[in-house]
Amino acid sequence: MENFIMRNAPNSSLATAGKLAAGVTSVMEGSMAITQAVKACRPAVISAYPITPQTHIVEFLAQLVADGELKAEYVRVDSEFSAASVIGGASATGVRAYTASSSQGLMLMTEVIYYLAGTRLPVVITGANRGVSAPISLQPEHHDSQSLRDSGIIQIYVESAQDAYDAHIQAFKIAEDHRVLLPVIVCVDGYILTHVFEPVTIFDQAAIDAFLPAYNPIHYLTPENPMTFGPIADETNALEFHYMLQEAMQNAKSVIESVAEEYKNTFGHYHGGLIDCYRTDDAEIILVAMGSTVSTLREAVDQLRLEGTNVGLVKVRCFRPFPGDELSLAVKGASAVAVLDRALSMGSQGILASEVKAALYDTPQHPLVLGELAGYGGREVTLDTTRYIVDRARQAIDRGVVTPVVDFVGLKPEILDTTRLGNGI
Amino acid sequence: MESKYSNALFTPGHRACPGCGASLAVRTILQATGPNVIVVTATGCVETFTSPYPYSSWGVPWLHPLFENAGAVASGVELALKTMGLSDQVKVVIIGGDGGTLDIGMGSLSGMFERGHDVLYICYDNEAYMNTGVQRSSATPVGAATMTSPAGRNAWGKDKPKKNLAAIALAHDIPYVATASIGFPKDLMRKVRKAMEIRGPKYLDVHSPCPIGWGFDSSRTIEVAKLAIQTGLVPLYETGWGQPLKSRRIGKPKPVDEYLRLQSRFRHLFDREEDEHIAAIQAIANQNIARYGL
Repeated sequence: MENFIMRNAPNSSLATAGKLAAGVTSVMEGSMAITQAVKACRPAVISAYPITPQTHIVEFLAQLVADGELKAEYVRVDSEFSAASVIGGASATGVRAYTASSSQGLMLMTEVIYYLAGTRLPVVITGANRGVSAPISLQPEHHDSQSLRDSGIIQIYVESAQDAYDAHIQAFKIAEDHRVLLPVIVCVDGYILTHVFEPVTIFDQAAIDAFLPAYNPIHYLTPENPMTFGPIADETNALEFHYMLQEAMQNAKSVIESVAEEYKNTFGHYHGGLIDCYRTDDAEIILVAMGSTVSTLREAVDQLRLEGTNVGLVKVRCFRPFPGDELSLAVKGASAVAVLDRALSMGSQGILASEVKAALYDTPQHPLVLGELAGYGGREVTLDTTRYIVDRARQAIDRGVVTPVVDFVGLKPEILDTTRLGNGI
Repeated sequence: MESKYSNALFTPGHRACPGCGASLAVRTILQATGPNVIVVTATGCVETFTSPYPYSSWGVPWLHPLFENAGAVASGVELALKTMGLSDQVKVVIIGGDGGTLDIGMGSLSGMFERGHDVLYICYDNEAYMNTGVQRSSATPVGAATMTSPAGRNAWGKDKPKKNLAAIALAHDIPYVATASIGFPKDLMRKVRKAMEIRGPKYLDVHSPCPIGWGFDSSRTIEVAKLAIQTGLVPLYETGWGQPLKSRRIGKPKPVDEYLRLQSRFRHLFDREEDEHIAAIQAIANQNIARYGL
């Protein structure tokens, strides 16, 4: 496990700033950063079922438990369905619980995740994003977690190993807030983030304990006060249960923002609340993306700005609840918005693109929105990819119309023959 | 039957059908467990008739998760209790129907057995998917007609024998496996109490006739339950890893005709005078009597 942390390469941490919590910075794998965060959050129960590319996280946690460095019940379950179910049972009994999965595993958990949200069980799950069969793919797409968008689970997408570390600590605090009480999935692009080695600052346990106190459940299973969990709701009550879920999601918006602020004030790190804006103030063209693409696009925006293009970036850090108002405000001065999607709703359009369009529809004057399928199957998003997308945005502004609605960025030309519909359906 | 808990743990006024065997099973089980339990119930009749929001029949802490994950959810409950140091004070009991146990929930149940959780799994076995309107499950006995295994010109009801989950449970080398019936409530209570004393995974199958699904008068539930045992079609026994099998003797077995004739799910066998099918069912009873020493 030592191979995944290079302890010989520390550098000065933000702790030197004075009031901030002390930390140690070293180069480590993204999965190790997540593991260190989960360890620091002291979950009582961890369930694990292996699936690539989530495996390093559950392996590292197993080793921490085996070495006595993490005091938790670590359960090797029979499926992802059971992984999600075990943490549901543990959470209903009043303890903090965690699991991690990917791809098919998240799909198999889907029924349970609706249940966790509906029963208001504040567990945290790491989603190491990966494509969904068929064709089987090990590389990152967002179909797996985005297929959970209607379930009631809060979704946070991170852009770096440090963001992954920080987001997990925030995730438990958000989930367990009594105004929220919903499960949270922290979405981490498989390989690009789970297997990348980056400098990551790990903070002192005492500071994390102060930031994230022990879980304080309102309702839990105990013979001292017997409660009924999971009753039937029919036409007289189902609507009200769902109203309360939606209300919890709305509450989560301000909680996510304030937890991110508190984290910044405590640890000095900030990766956005619901969204994060990068050089958007005077931007004519704004890129919108989630996950690891964001950190790539920050570099691309800097480069394109040097070349004289007025471009900015909005990171959608929280996909559920969806920050529609915040996003509309952030892009209202732009002429065009280009949304980079790692998932397509077959027969419709890019999933994030359709969300962005829905959010902008209610604003009086809104920019054109381009839907760009980029980074699909883990395909590299490069500076040239960004240039191509910005050029398309420029053309859309000139013509006043976006076509095609769905753009398969970098599609191989040989797929375009007369028997197929071709690019830009 | 007298109970020191009266109706406090499982209250009357629930929505079970008249003569429901499963509701008798739950009431008897909770009289044996007492109040210091957390009950997890898989989706099914019991969940439906006990918990129409905002009402609940449960005087014990109760959790209904999904159809197929009671074993895994209860595993999580048990581990949470362990981390809080409450394993000795509070026990975990699952109550699930045969569909949720033998069919869709078997994966998570097997996982719970294999990992050795201190949980008692009780299946109330009414031999079909009753909550959805009487469809065949793997617990449906051979020859029984259901809505998805009807009798017809080319069919005589279910043509496969009942799955033997108690044997599958035993194959996990768990410390206690038993079968019981609502027709013998004292035996049922004794087995529940015994299971509660043993640490580790336990499995108890409780045969629970269903007047609606089986087609008998709701006043005859106990009579039908007893006949299932007295014919040898349902063996009552207890065993566990490394232990001999102790069965409940039935004396002179009654012919299966007596049991089958009471239930409309077997009516086609008599209407069509299909003696070879009745003989095949009698052969199952005879095999049980020999195999389990009934």
